Amino acid sequence: MSGIFLGMPVHAPRGVGALRGAEPFPVAARTALANTQLRRNLGHATATIRAKRAAVVSELDDWEELRRAGEAIKTATMTRLDEHLEQLERAFTARGGTVHWARDANEANEVVTRLVQATGEREVVKVKSMATQEIGLNEALEAVGIAAYETDLAELIVQLGHDTPSHILVPAIHRNRSEIREIFLREMAGVDPMLTDEPRMLAMAARAHLRRKFLSAKVGISGANFAVAQTGTLVVLESEGNGRMCLTLPQTLITVMGIEKLVPTWTDLEVFLQLLPRSSTGERMNPYTSTWAGRHEGDGPRDVHLVLVDNGRTATLADEIGRQVLNCIKCSACMNVCPVYERTGGHAYGSVYPGPIGAVLSPQLTGIEDNASLPYASTLCGACFDACPVRIDIPSVLVHLRAKHVEQQREDHRLPSAEALSMAAASWVMSTSTRFSAAEKASRIGRLLGARRGRITMLPPPFSGWSASRDVPLPPRESFREWWAGRGGATS
Amino acid sequence: MRIALFVTCLGDALFPDVGKATVMLLERLGHEVVFPDRQTCCGQMHVNTGYQHEALPLVRHHVEVFEPYDVVVAPSGSCVGSVRHQHAMVARRHGEERLAARAEGVGARTYELSELLVDVLGVEDVGAFFPHRVTYHPTCHSLRMLRVGDKPLRLLRNVRGIDLVELPDADQCCGFGGTFAVKNADTSTAMLADKMRNVLDTRAEVATAGDASCLMQIGGGLSRLRAGTRTLHLAEILASTEEVVA
Ligand code: SF4
Repeated sequence: MSGIFLGMPVHAPRGVGALRGAEPFPVAARTALANTQLRRNLGHATATIRAKRAAVVSELDDWEELRRAGEAIKTATMTRLDEHLEQLERAFTARGGTVHWARDANEANEVVTRLVQATGEREVVKVKSMATQEIGLNEALEAVGIAAYETDLAELIVQLGHDTPSHILVPAIHRNRSEIREIFLREMAGVDPMLTDEPRMLAMAARAHLRRKFLSAKVGISGANFAVAQTGTLVVLESEGNGRMCLTLPQTLITVMGIEKLVPTWTDLEVFLQLLPRSSTGERMNPYTSTWAGRHEGDGPRDVHLVLVDNGRTATLADEIGRQVLNCIKCSACMNVCPVYERTGGHAYGSVYPGPIGAVLSPQLTGIEDNASLPYASTLCGACFDACPVRIDIPSVLVHLRAKHVEQQREDHRLPSAEALSMAAASWVMSTSTRFSAAEKASRIGRLLGARRGRITMLPPPFSGWSASRDVPLPPRESFREWWAGRGGATS
Repeated sequence: MRIALFVTCLGDALFPDVGKATVMLLERLGHEVVFPDRQTCCGQMHVNTGYQHEALPLVRHHVEVFEPYDVVVAPSGSCVGSVRHQHAMVARRHGEERLAARAEGVGARTYELSELLVDVLGVEDVGAFFPHRVTYHPTCHSLRMLRVGDKPLRLLRNVRGIDLVELPDADQCCGFGGTFAVKNADTSTAMLADKMRNVLDTRAEVATAGDASCLMQIGGGLSRLRAGTRTLHLAEILASTEEVVA
C-alpha cells in the first residue's frame, strides 16, 4: 500500500466533515417531530418508495439468493481488503490514473485541494457523492477560495438552500416544490422571476443553471458506487445524466471513495447492479451507469485521480460484529422502511448517513463516544434487516454497539449513571425468584400512589417520558405466581 | 403434553391475566401445565439497553430453570426471541461456550404461544368463543425475529363469534422498543399515534397482539385518549369460551 505505515486504525477526526450532530438524537428528533410539513413529506415519500421497491423485488423469485450472493461477495472482499486495494491501485495506475491514499478526512481534503489548486481553477463541478460530504470537502475547498457546485438536482436544492441533506438518495426529501421554487428565486442567478412551482418548470430552471456550469468547469469531482479491483474501473450510478456530464466534460477528474467500495471482479459487480436499483429507487435497472478506468487519449478527462479514504473504516473493520456495516451499498432501503426515520427524517441523526445505516455506521467511524445516542435510536423492529440487499443484520449491530458503549463507560471508570445502577439492581433482583416476588409485592405500593381510577397517569423521571403520552397499568392485586400458588399448581 | 410455562416478568408482575389465560387454554386442550416457580426474567431489557454483563446471571438462571423441560411456552414473541436469539450470544460474549450451547438447547425448545399451538400441538381451532370486533397487531419480534407469519391470524379466524378486521399498516412498529419508549419518548409517541389511528380506523372494540409489552404501549395510549378500544392478549381471546368470556 504505497509503502506508508498506517499505524493503529484511527477514527474519523473531530472538527471536520459531517459525521457528528450538534445535539443527541432524542433532542434533535423533537424539532423534526414538530414539523408537520416535514412529517407529511417524509410519510408520503417513504411510503411511495417502499411500495415501488416491494413491487420490483417481488418480481424476482431469486431475490433471497441475490441478497445472499451480495452478502457473501462483500464479506469475502472485506477479509482481503488490503490485497484488493493494492490490485485496484496497480490496475488504475497502469491505465494512466493516479491513486492517492488518505488516512482521514483532513488528509483527503488536503489531497483534493492540492490537486485542484494545481490546475489553477477556482470552480469545480460535483457529482452527488456521500464520501465528499462525509469529509466536508466543499467547506475545505471554500476555505481556500474554490467554489464547488453540486449538480445532482436534489443536492443543488440542498446547496442553494444552505441546508444539509436528509436522505442518502433523496437529499431534499424534506422540501416540497413551493419551498424549492422560493430557493431558486432567491439563490439562482438569472432565474425567470415568473418561475412557477410546477416540477417541469423547476427542472428546466435547474437545467439552464447547471448547463452553464458544465460547459465552463475544468475540474470535476465525483464519488464512486463501486470500484472493480481487477480492471481498476470506477463505477457511478445516477438517474439524471448530470453525473455523466461531470465525468466526461472537465479536463481533470478527481474521484473520492471510501476504501470499502471495492468489488473484486466484473462478475461480482453484476450482482450489485441488480440489487442496488431495485433496493434504492425501486427501478429494475439504473438509468445512467458510468464506468471509467484511467485515461483515454482524446476522450474524456486528461488527468484522472482516485483518492482512497479510510476515515474510520479500518477501525470499523477491526470489530468482528460491527464490520458487516462496511458491506453497505448505500441504497437507502433501510431508511425507507424505518419507522423511526419516517417520523424524524434524516437531520436528527446529525450525520451525512441517516436512518438505520447511520445509526450503526456513524458511531463506528467516529468512535462511539461521539455518537453515543445513535445506537439507541431504534426500536429494534427489524424492518431494516429484511430490506437490506446485502443482509446487514442492523438490529444485532445496534445491540452490540449499545453493549460496547456501556462497556466502554465501565472501562473508563466513569461514575455509574442512574441507568447503570438500576440495571445492576434489576439484575440482582431478577436473578432469584425470592427477590423478584418481594419486588413485585413492593411495586403494589403503586396501587396506592398516583393511581386514578384504575390507571397511573404520572411517573417520576426517568419514566415521565412514558407517562407523558401513555397511561400505566395498575399493578394487579395478585401476581401470576401468587395465583398459581393459591391454585396449588405444579412447580416442577 | 407436559408444557412448562415461562410467564415472563412483565406477565407475572403486571399482566397475570395473560398467564392465567395461557394456562386455561392449554388445560382446556388437554395438556398439563407446569410453572417452574424459580423463573424470573429473560434479561432482554438488559441486553437491549447495552447491559449484557448484567444480563449474564439472568441468562444462566433462565437456562438452569428451564433446561429440564422438553417444551416451554411463553405468551410473548419478544421474550421468546430473546431466549432463542440473544441468550447464547450473551454467553459467548463472556466466553461461556458451554452455557451458550445449553442456552441454544433451551431456545430450540421454547415456543411463542401461536407457534406452540399450530406447529407443536397442531391445532388451529382451539374452540374459543369471542363475540367482538377485533383487530390484530403482529408485533415486530413475532413477525421478524420468530417469523410466526399468519399463525396468530389462523387461530383468530377460527374463533366463533369474532368479527376480525384487518389492521392497516399492520407490520409497522408500535413504537415500544423497550427502553426506547423512555429514551426516545417523543419519537415513540409519534409512532404510537399512527398505530392508534390505524387501530381506531378499524372501529374494533379490541386490539390484540402476542406481546404484553406492545399492548402496554398501545393500550396505554388508547387509555390516555379514553378511546373506547381496549387491548387484550391473544391468549385471553383464545382462552375465552361461552362459559368464560374475556
Ligand atoms: S444498510 Fe443495507 S439497506 Fe441500508 S443503505 Fe446500506 S445496503 Fe442499503
